[in-house]
Amino acid sequence: MTDALVRFFIGGLAVSLFAVLADVIRPKSFAGLFGAAPSIALATLVLTVSERGASFAAVEGRSMMVGAVALAAYSGAVCLLLQRRRWHANAAAFVGIAVWFVIAFGLGCGAGLL
Amino acid sequence: MMVHLKFRALREIHWYEFAIRFALGGAMTVIAGAIASRFGPAVGGLFLAFPAIFPASITLVEKHARQQKEEKGLRGARRGKEAAALDARGAALGGLGMIGFAGAIYMLIEHSAVLALVAATAFWVSISMLAWLWQRRL
Repeated sequence: MTDALVRFFIGGLAVSLFAVLADVIRPKSFAGLFGAAPSIALATLVLTVSERGASFAAVEGRSMMVGAVALAAYSGAVCLLLQRRRWHANAAAFVGIAVWFVIAFGLGCGAGLL
Repeated sequence: MMVHLKFRALREIHWYEFAIRFALGGAMTVIAGAIASRFGPAVGGLFLAFPAIFPASITLVEKHARQQKEEKGLRGARRGKEAAALDARGAALGGLGMIGFAGAIYMLIEHSAVLALVAATAFWVSISMLAWLWQRRL
């Protein structure tokens, strides 16, 4: 329980810091970079190394590369849905999650990581 | 336009919007840890790059851009979508940087955790910025 609370606090803090940076940085296209900041990874990996060791974190890092490819594709898909299809942001962002799952698990299985 | 800071933008954000992002970030960190414990690091690692707070962030970007336009008596729907699309494009470039971040973690973390985190963050910053500069020239 304590571990979960520590993770919650550190993760919330890391995400909030990057989100505030995204709020104040201009132009908005540059601020968008922070939408894909490794905030959760930074918060989690420190705890993972201390609790489970570096080998466990290395395997997470390898899979995270695949997850990041999916994240880039997801963000690109959301951008297209907004620009070309004129969807609302919340609809595009939530429907696009399917793209993340398909690419992350498809690539992960295809590469023999999962 | 040069990259700069606009601290006034923080005044447009309500306290509950900060709270939502804190809660989502915290919850996703707990969930990512739980997934790694239950299904192992290979599956858990995928979720370190899950777009956890992106839907909330992009919805706020659209809402604020729309409201700014509507306060001037204009219809802001189109401006809101354009602002959200710009944000999403930036996130796609940041995603490229995150591939570099994860690669550095994979290669270096067994040698030194501190070195891995510092190098990974430097990779994320430099790849993301180079990708952003490159797309501006297109």
